[in-house]
Amino acid sequence: MRCSQCQNKSIIELQHGSVCQHHFLSYYEEKVFKTLKKYQMIAPEDKICVACSGGKDSQTVLHLTKKYLQEQRLNNEIFALAIDEGIKSYRSKTLKDLKLFCKQEKVKLIVVSSKEEFGYTLDQAIKRIKKKGLTNKPCHLCGVWRRYLINKYARKNKATKLITGHNLDDEAQAVVMNIFKDNASFSAHLGPISGIKEHAQFVQRVKPLYFCTEKEDKLYSLIKNFPVSFIECPYAEEGYRAKVRDMLNQFESQYHGTKQGVINSFLHVLPLIKEKELNDNDKPLRSCSKCGEPANQEVCQACKIMEMLR
Amino acid sequence: MNKMEITVKLEKDNSKKKVSFKGKTVKELLSQLSLNSEVVLVTRNNEILTEEEILKPKDKIEILSVVSGG
Repeated sequence: MRCSQCQNKSIIELQHGSVCQHHFLSYYEEKVFKTLKKYQMIAPEDKICVACSGGKDSQTVLHLTKKYLQEQRLNNEIFALAIDEGIKSYRSKTLKDLKLFCKQEKVKLIVVSSKEEFGYTLDQAIKRIKKKGLTNKPCHLCGVWRRYLINKYARKNKATKLITGHNLDDEAQAVVMNIFKDNASFSAHLGPISGIKEHAQFVQRVKPLYFCTEKEDKLYSLIKNFPVSFIECPYAEEGYRAKVRDMLNQFESQYHGTKQGVINSFLHVLPLIKEKELNDNDKPLRSCSKCGEPANQEVCQACKIMEMLR
Repeated sequence: MNKMEITVKLEKDNSKKKVSFKGKTVKELLSQLSLNSEVVLVTRNNEILTEEEILKPKDKIEILSVVSGG
């Protein structure tokens, strides 16, 4: 199969036709840069924090944000932030990749440890939860801790913008899950620019890879030879999200453009969902009475987990 | 249809196996292995292959997983 633009050997079939390696790279980078521009994700005065796991998406978004700044001749400060949750024989390997990558990219990397912040590694917390006979899932704990620490340490390091590697697949899965589970109001927090309410201690999150599929991210990181090892988290479970992911990919293979369709439709109604959520819940975001971090209720989720572990 | 033997390495579980392949193309190989093309990338000697690529006997194929392991 030949590239629809230059007749060189193609490497992937996109919605608009097959493309070679050269034209894939330009198509992909242009898409990310257009997203950054269209949603005005970066202001000249922003200090940028890129939340990194060490996987393909976060390495790609870090690389392209840096490239965008260079091309636009912007002098924003940028740093990477990673959370070490304390998952034996998993996180140490992805952090090793990330350290190497940040060195190559000449970007400062800050690693925050769950053990230092909360007194437990995730492994220790899971053991304790099981011992207490509780049924909380590891992915729930991990997600709460990660979101808490990323926001806290982005802010502590004076970031005004938080960039994440969320892609089109992640977002389409979240949109469909929220519909299936009758949690439409949760979707008000999605979109290329996350959140609906401002809070002095909340760093605004943006998603430059919003319109890139997970397959495109993988291909880009592969061509660029980024140091990404494939390693599975020992807690990864084939839960609800995995089922929705498989269903969407099954549809995508039969009906090309399904995931893009989900996102396009969602973006049409997102302003209405946000407006409804603001009307239904007009109370401002609070500060947690225990730790002072942003919270929807009197006590934040991270402090509730700490209470549970005691 | 003639069968050919090819070697397939799977990134997901870091396994390698010889496959007696009945088809011609990458698409047919993925179908034989019950893999959805949306969730994999296929390479031969580090060269990325499209689904239409014709495979040859004794090819060494690597199937990379698109979905992260986290």
